[in-house]
Amino acid sequence: MRFVDEFREPELISKTAEEIRRLAGTERHYRMMEVCGGHTHAIYRFGLKDILPENIELIHGPGCPVCVLPMGRIDDGLSIAKDPNVIFAAFGDMMRVPGTLGSPLEHKARGMDVRIVYSPSDALKLARLNPDRHVMFFAIGFETTAPSTALTIKRAKGEGIHNFSVFCNHVTIIPAIRAILDSPDMRLDAFIGPGHVSTVIGCRPYEWIAQDARKPIAVSGFEPLDMLQSVVMLLQQLKKGEAKVENQYKRVVPWEGNRAALKVMAEVFQLRPYFEWRGLGFISQSALRLRDEYAEFDAEQRFNVPGIRVTDPKAAQCGEVLKGVLKPHQCKLFGRECTPERPVGALMVSSEGSCAAYFNYEHRKTPLTQLSVA
Amino acid sequence: MCLAIPGKIVELMSSGDQDCAMVEVVGVRRKIDVGLLSEDKPVPGDWVLIHVGFAMSKISEADATDQMNTLRALGEVEGAMQEVQGYGLDHDPDHGSGGDPNDAPSEYTPPPITKAIQ
Repeated sequence: MRFVDEFREPELISKTAEEIRRLAGTERHYRMMEVCGGHTHAIYRFGLKDILPENIELIHGPGCPVCVLPMGRIDDGLSIAKDPNVIFAAFGDMMRVPGTLGSPLEHKARGMDVRIVYSPSDALKLARLNPDRHVMFFAIGFETTAPSTALTIKRAKGEGIHNFSVFCNHVTIIPAIRAILDSPDMRLDAFIGPGHVSTVIGCRPYEWIAQDARKPIAVSGFEPLDMLQSVVMLLQQLKKGEAKVENQYKRVVPWEGNRAALKVMAEVFQLRPYFEWRGLGFISQSALRLRDEYAEFDAEQRFNVPGIRVTDPKAAQCGEVLKGVLKPHQCKLFGRECTPERPVGALMVSSEGSCAAYFNYEHRKTPLTQLSVA
Repeated sequence: MCLAIPGKIVELMSSGDQDCAMVEVVGVRRKIDVGLLSEDKPVPGDWVLIHVGFAMSKISEADATDQMNTLRALGEVEGAMQEVQGYGLDHDPDHGSGGDPNDAPSEYTPPPITKAIQ
């Protein structure tokens, strides 16, 4: 077990927790959404819920790319790789995500050529090493990951590689936040903004949340102190009736983001008119596809894609959990039919998914990094 | 997915039009792509945050240490090291098991990518 003094500035953590209690008072309830799946994992892992007063409720947001990917997209990607000449390359996170006929890993067991890569560059390298085969990279991720895919595609074109394509599932975070704010069953007071997505997009794209939706947002780091400081920032704003964008994670996130990364994304990708999100439905202009100049590298243009649409198993309530309407353990399948070992819904697959995090740290009581504040 | 791994730039290198760098992450050296930092190019000795084989942003040494502590506290160090060792950019398909085995601490099992890529 770890204690608070193993973290950066332990005294400050205790003081910050006190400050939160003072600011939160007891009169009202606060609902704050952490947008990023990395934060969800950290919140459970550090047991932050036990430090925060009961009237501050953290709602887990849509920022786990594996979790929001509809099952039909996995089926579509795998259908391309039925061709024995195709190598299906994807990050390890994707390997156990169930499609209708099984996960990529289960397809591999049945003879499909499925490879784990840790970088889009490595998928391109696979293409160089296998000139007689076609390598399809199954790309997922928010703006943190999309620039790397974009640069890889640009490099493939520059090198004149013809046996490489990308099945693009990159999504963008802002339209998802907008959809959540528009959702009638959502009542949120503030947002803890994603840390690493913001290294790319910066803080400016969140300004409408403050100005139009009148909700405070604090872009946050991942340490306990970071997240607690963000909660303080949000409470201070709420107490004063303010709504602005604050950057708690200044040491990593520049206000303007990473311009080179944004430039290569804009060069290679364009917005799709709409894209389906698991649990949130179709959201307009919320995902990326390859521009026509890069059509040769677009698996959806290069191959026949069935365009499969699969509704989630009826009993699974991923959508409600994803929107924060239900807590993970309130889903009928939680911990019985659906476990991290045998996931039914995607929220149970990724360690960033709220169900898997809840299962590991609350349900199974995995020994966690314990923060104890007096 | 959101894993960002701190690494120290040891050497800059380029292959074709690709800007690459050798980085060191807890004693393990791997080649990464630094093309996304083209507007603020790193130099040897700089620290960067690495995500899926690409440097995403420059950070201070103190922040790099903090980030490694965060990964440790999150139980993500093993995953991070597996990811770093998995980067195949510097693996020569014709020789050995990829990378320089002397660089890899013995307690880490070789990641699946080494086999997958060859």
